[in-house]
Order: sequence, then C-alpha cells, then structure tokens
Amino acid sequence: MTPPTAQPAPLLSLHGATKSFGAVIALSDGTIEILPGEIHALVGENGAGKSTLVKVLAGVHQPDSGRFEVDGAPVVFRSPADSKAAGISVIYQEPTLFPDLTVAENIFIGRQPRGRLGLIDRPQMRRQARELFTTLGVPIDPDRIADGLSIADQQIIEIAKAISLDAKVLVMDEPTAALSGVEVERLFAVARSLKARGAGILFISHRFDEVFDLCDRVTVMRDGAFIATHDTKDITVDGLVREMVGRDIATLYPKQDATIGDTVLSVKNLSRAGVFSDISFDVHSGEIVALAGLVGAGRTEVARAVFGIDRYDAGSVTVAGKRLRAHSPQAAIDAGMGFVPEDRRKQGLVMELSVARNATLTLRKQLARFGLIDSRRERAAAEDWTTRLQVKTGSQDLSVSTLSGGNQQKVVIAKWLATNPKLLIVDEPTRGIDVGTKSEVHRLISELAGQGIAVLMISSELPEVLGMADTILVMHEGRISARLSRAEATAEAVLKAASATPESVK
Amino acid sequence: MTQATPPAVYEPRAGRAIGRIFVSREFSVFAALAVLIIVTEVVNPRFLSAQGIKDLLLNSTIFVIMAVGQALVIITKNVDLSVGSILGLTAYGTGAVFATFPHIPLPFVFLIGIVFGAILGAINGFIVTLAGVPALVITLGTLYIFRGINNAWAGSNQYFVGNEPAEFGNMSVQTLFGIPWFALGALVIVIIFAIYMFSARSGRDLYAIGSDTDAARLFGIKVNARVVGAFVACGALTGLAGVLYASRFNSVGADTGTGFELQIVAAVVVGGVAIFGGSGTVTGAAIGAVLLTTMTGALAALNVSKFWQQAIVGVLIIAAILLDRILSIRTARKLRVSEARNV
Repeated sequence: MTPPTAQPAPLLSLHGATKSFGAVIALSDGTIEILPGEIHALVGENGAGKSTLVKVLAGVHQPDSGRFEVDGAPVVFRSPADSKAAGISVIYQEPTLFPDLTVAENIFIGRQPRGRLGLIDRPQMRRQARELFTTLGVPIDPDRIADGLSIADQQIIEIAKAISLDAKVLVMDEPTAALSGVEVERLFAVARSLKARGAGILFISHRFDEVFDLCDRVTVMRDGAFIATHDTKDITVDGLVREMVGRDIATLYPKQDATIGDTVLSVKNLSRAGVFSDISFDVHSGEIVALAGLVGAGRTEVARAVFGIDRYDAGSVTVAGKRLRAHSPQAAIDAGMGFVPEDRRKQGLVMELSVARNATLTLRKQLARFGLIDSRRERAAAEDWTTRLQVKTGSQDLSVSTLSGGNQQKVVIAKWLATNPKLLIVDEPTRGIDVGTKSEVHRLISELAGQGIAVLMISSELPEVLGMADTILVMHEGRISARLSRAEATAEAVLKAASATPESVK
Repeated sequence: MTQATPPAVYEPRAGRAIGRIFVSREFSVFAALAVLIIVTEVVNPRFLSAQGIKDLLLNSTIFVIMAVGQALVIITKNVDLSVGSILGLTAYGTGAVFATFPHIPLPFVFLIGIVFGAILGAINGFIVTLAGVPALVITLGTLYIFRGINNAWAGSNQYFVGNEPAEFGNMSVQTLFGIPWFALGALVIVIIFAIYMFSARSGRDLYAIGSDTDAARLFGIKVNARVVGAFVACGALTGLAGVLYASRFNSVGADTGTGFELQIVAAVVVGGVAIFGGSGTVTGAAIGAVLLTTMTGALAALNVSKFWQQAIVGVLIIAAILLDRILSIRTARKLRVSEARNV
C-alpha cells in the first residue's frame, strides 16, 4: 500500500462507500483515489464490485454511505448529469451514442455552438469536432452518422466528448474488451496524452499486460470491498492474482463423485470467423466440464454453436458417436441435448405462462392427443418434475414470473430433464440467484451428473468452476487457452489463463 | 511499444455535400414525384394546366401541414393516431365559432383553431409521457374519444362555412401569381419547421430522443418536455389544418377527417421518416404528402380505377420501409465482417 504522501491532492477520492440492492450488498467498501496525471487501474474478479463503484462515480447509483470528494470538496451526485458537471466522464464498454445523429452532433448534443438567431452554427461545430479528432490523431468524419461506427471509434467519440467537456477524470470501463490490437494501441496513445495534460484516468481491465503497460497505480477489489492500492512497479501479476482471489473455495461447492463413462459430446476444431476458433473438447457421461473465462471470451457463442442456434464455419459436433447436423436446435434436442440459457427470463422461460406450462414445454408432442394438449396429463407431468426438483411454488397455475430466481432456474432445468437428456448445457446457472438457492442449484447439477448425465457448464464465477467441475477449459479471446483437471485447477491458474496472454496449451 | 498513431486526420472533400443531396431520402421521394408528374403530363396534357396545378397544390396543403406535425412526433419514436379526430373537432369547431359569432375577425378563427388543436395535442402528450405507455395505444384511445366528442357535439348537424361568411370560403381560392395563398402558407410552415429541426438545439433533441430515449435521458435532455412539445406542435398544426379544411371543403360535420391519420402516417413514412424514430426530415414528410395527394390526382388523370389507387399507395409504403430495412441490414452485415476480432 502506498500512502499518498507528498503527492498532489487527488482529483477524486471515494472512501468506504457502500451500496446494497435489497438484501444483496454490491459494494461494502468502495475506496479509490485518483491523482492528476495518473492512470489508475481497477482490477478484481467478476462480481468484485467494480461496475458498482464505477456507477457510483458516474452518478448512476447513489451510495448508501461513505465519503465522496471531488477536488477536495464533498459531493453528492443525484444523476449522471451531476457527475458530468463535476468533470467526471465515464466511457462504458458499449458506448451509448445516438445512431441517427452525426458524429459532431453526438459530441456536442445539448451544447452545440450557436450563431445567429440562436441557431446551431454547424460549420463551427464541425470545425471543433475536427480539431478534437486532430488532437486525438484519429481520422473520423465529423459529418457521418454514428450508426455503423466500430466500437473503437465509438469510444474515441466518447473520449472526444469528455475532452470537449474538460473532464478532469476519465473512467474507462473495460474499454479494450472489444478492440483489436491496433485499436488498443491507439486508445493507449490517447490515454497517455490525456495523462500528460493532467487528467486522471481510471482504467478497468482484465488484461494484466495492459495494466502493467499503461497504469501507474492499481487498486484491487474483492467481494465488493477495497483490498489494496499499489504502484504497478512494486507488484507482480502473481501478487495481484493472489489478492484478487484470496479466499477459501474448496468447501463451498461439493461435487458428488460420479463414475465418468463414455464420451457423450465430442467437439472437434469448431470455428466461427470473428468469434471463436479451433475449439476441441469432449464431455463424458457423469462428467461436469466447465468453460471458464472472461465475459466476451466466446464461451456462450461456442455453446450456442454446439446446440445449433448459431452457425459455425468449420469443425464438427458429435453426440454419442453420431455427427450432429449444424444449425438445427431440433436436431440437437433429438440427439439428447438440453440447453439452459444464460438469460432465463428472455430465453429460458415464458414468463407469463404458468409453472406447469413452462415445465412441460418440451413435452408438448408427447402430451398431445389429436393435436390438442391434454391439460390433465400436462399437470401430472409438471407435478412430477417440480416435486422432484423441489420447486417452491404456491400452485402449478401461478405464472413463473412470481417465482424466485433460483426456483425459476429449477423450472428451466425441469423442462429439459423431462426430455431425458444425455447432455445438458448450462450457461451461468446461478447468475442473479441468491446465495441460499445457489447451493441448491449446484446440488441439483451435481446429482444430475451423478445419474450419468454429461454437463457442460459455462460460468464466470471462479469458485463455482473450481468447486463443481471435473475438467476446466479456460477460454481467452475465442480460443481455449488452458485445460485443467480438477486436481491441477487453482484459482490462480484459471485467472491467469483467462486474463493474460495464454501460455502454451496443456 | 510504438509511439502514437500517425496523425491521420479526416479531410473533407469538395463535392461531397452535393453528392449527399442526391443520395438523400428527400431527393428520392422528390424524384418519384417528378417522374409521376412528368409521366402523367405526357399521357394527359390537361394535368398541368393552370387550374390543374392549383388543384394539386390546394389538395396537398392540408396534408402537408398535418404531415409536418406528425413528422415531429414520429421522429421522437412516438405516433399520433388521433390527428384525423383532431382535424374533425377543429374543423367542426370553426363552423361552430362562425355560427355563434358571425362577424368574428378571421385571424381569431385561426388562432382559436390552432389553440384548440394544441390543447388536444397536449392531452395526448401528457398522457403518453406521464403514463409511459406507447403512444400508439394512447392516441388510438384519444382517436375514439375525440371522435366521440365530435359525434356528440355535432350529431347530424353540418356547418356550411364556405358560404357563410363568404370571405372565409374565398380564402381558399385566392392566389398570388397563380399560387394559392394556402399553399404558400404551407410552404412557409415547412421552411420554418425544417430550419427548427435542423438548426435548433431543441429540434435536434427530438432526433436524439427518437434515436435512443434512455441515452437522451442520461445526457440530461428533458425528454418528457420535448415529447409533449412535439405532440402540442402536431395538435396545433392539425388545428390549423382543420380551419383550412373548413374553408376549402365547405361542409363540416361529425365524420370530418375520419381515416386521415393513416394517410398522414403513410405520407410521413413514404417521405423517409423512420417509423421507429430518430431519422427523417419534415421536408421529406411534406414531399411525401404531396406525392400521395398527387398520386390520387394523377391516377385519376390516367384513368386508373380508384381501387388500384389504394393498392399503389400501399405498395409505395412497403417499398419505402423495405428500402430502409435493406440498407440497415446491409450496413450491419458489412460491420460484422469488418469488425470481427482476429481470432
């Protein structure tokens, strides 16, 4: 830790900020200090509270308690406009531009330069925009509409906006996640020149090489709390990783031992241009294979391609020895696959329908007589599955939207179990589920594996991956960067393979 | 690490501005209008007689004014389906005003019509923004409510304002250099609103709101106030159109303006205003209104049956929307390939 002795007064400081949403504590100690002329990294696992902290700085969330000062004076932001007025500009991973307006207008909306009659002076606006882009050294046409700009260019426009607003503090939330190498270089050049002009930059990234390359100091967060701030020259990647993980995992998610049997799913050299490439792995009956990695690494995309939702360009998917037809979810279902999607509200359930209807959606054919669904049989089937999975609901006839997140997830799983699957793909099975029900979902998945079902699980939560999986595949930028068995898997190893440039594939 | 990117700066090229005019939606609608007029004139030379031109302009006037108002609303990603009913109420109201005060100065009549329309528009705007319900549903409701009030008010009564007073009826036939005063007035309205939408901050806000309402809110744009403003302007313009309607068509009653809303929305969409908001211009909407009215006249001049006229309008609408859709799909596809990560 470096106490800020003999340093210039911080542009912004936040101490002990807390924020909870209902019973969930998203931030228990949000602490950060940004000095003029520094690039400050903020690192932490998924769910460590980084985004909540950013949203507090941006004025999107109001902290429940804590000390927040800008330029040494205490501030309270009621809206994003307040934060902007205080000189803080936040650039999100996916910038929000107005697609139908021109680039110049996007920069100056609401404060366009005005000439005679109070009308907008377009030549002036264009000139100012062009000057900004000259400063930034990027060739963007101020007159083109924003629709169709690359993410990188959109971020540059957000930065241009921040400069024109005279922002003192620039917060960049994972700006490089969607950028190519050249674009990252360009962004860094811009960041360095802003730093040279005395601005403070908060840079959130999962890529350690970038953190060490670009940043002067780094703050680590874990479980919603501040852990430490270091000068980047005083700390190593291993040190950072240790602080990010720093918790006892082994006991949390016991997976039952299961006999691992025959190969159920075999994926060979699967590729989709621009999304993932050369993905190969097997899943055996009774085995839980976890796809770990950062958000955006291509895990969900691989699962969607395997299940036939998206097309793939090359490679093959084989289920129980038979090659699966590409781009056909029906073929995947017929071959014995089930898919529990990440966004269960939109993709996994029909929220307005009853529990019974949802649980039996996959059985409509079996339940139908003369093309009409026999509601008594539908009820019986639903009753059977919801009891087995211990879904807590007042009645089978209530709409699923009344259930808790965990119980909704059980209904989705029930829906697939009713088809008697050989392989279940579960994408972020416990996202947005409270801690108590989480372990029930884990127990359920583990039991299924125990019954001989092969499970492919995508998860961003490290403890879940380490506790549940027999085999861990780590993805990084569309490739598998590490394959770890349960015995070799450590939090450090997974995090390293997911973040840094991959080592040689084991 | 390499030093900064090369100082590549975008240099504007001469001639781009002119090129842009030719690819703009307004130009393609205008071209369609020109082609239509030329073809019709070739087949039927009486089409462009002095009287023919006058009729063309007069018939367009009311729709042009309404289309300008509707365009403001649609650009904010809303829609006002009650405009036919607003026109009915204000037109019938004009008749009622003359019946009650036969010697009222004409400017007052216009003022009353505009304010009446603005109030009806404000009702739409407030319900839409306060309830946070899609304008489609709200204005569908007020379409029936306003029409119901009109029915209750008028019953089977009709006013013949064109004759009484005669000076009010004559307004619609007076001309300046052979151009009807009404058409000139509509032109002035189009120009004012075109400048407003292009060059006033609040006008640009309407585009921002239609482009991404949530982002507009984040930017501190007063979304609700602007949306209410758009509905008020639409109501006021429709009120003005109602007064003009009473002058031109003489008789006004319970069902005046029925069904206009769809013709107006059609004109706006054909004129290049995206139905999901954010893009298009009032100029385009106005040309779209002229195109649709001219179409009716031209097809009649070409001896095309009335049934086919409607079908052709339908084809135009779908063609306009498909054109937008195809363009956006093409851009999206181009982007997925060009921005793909190198994996």
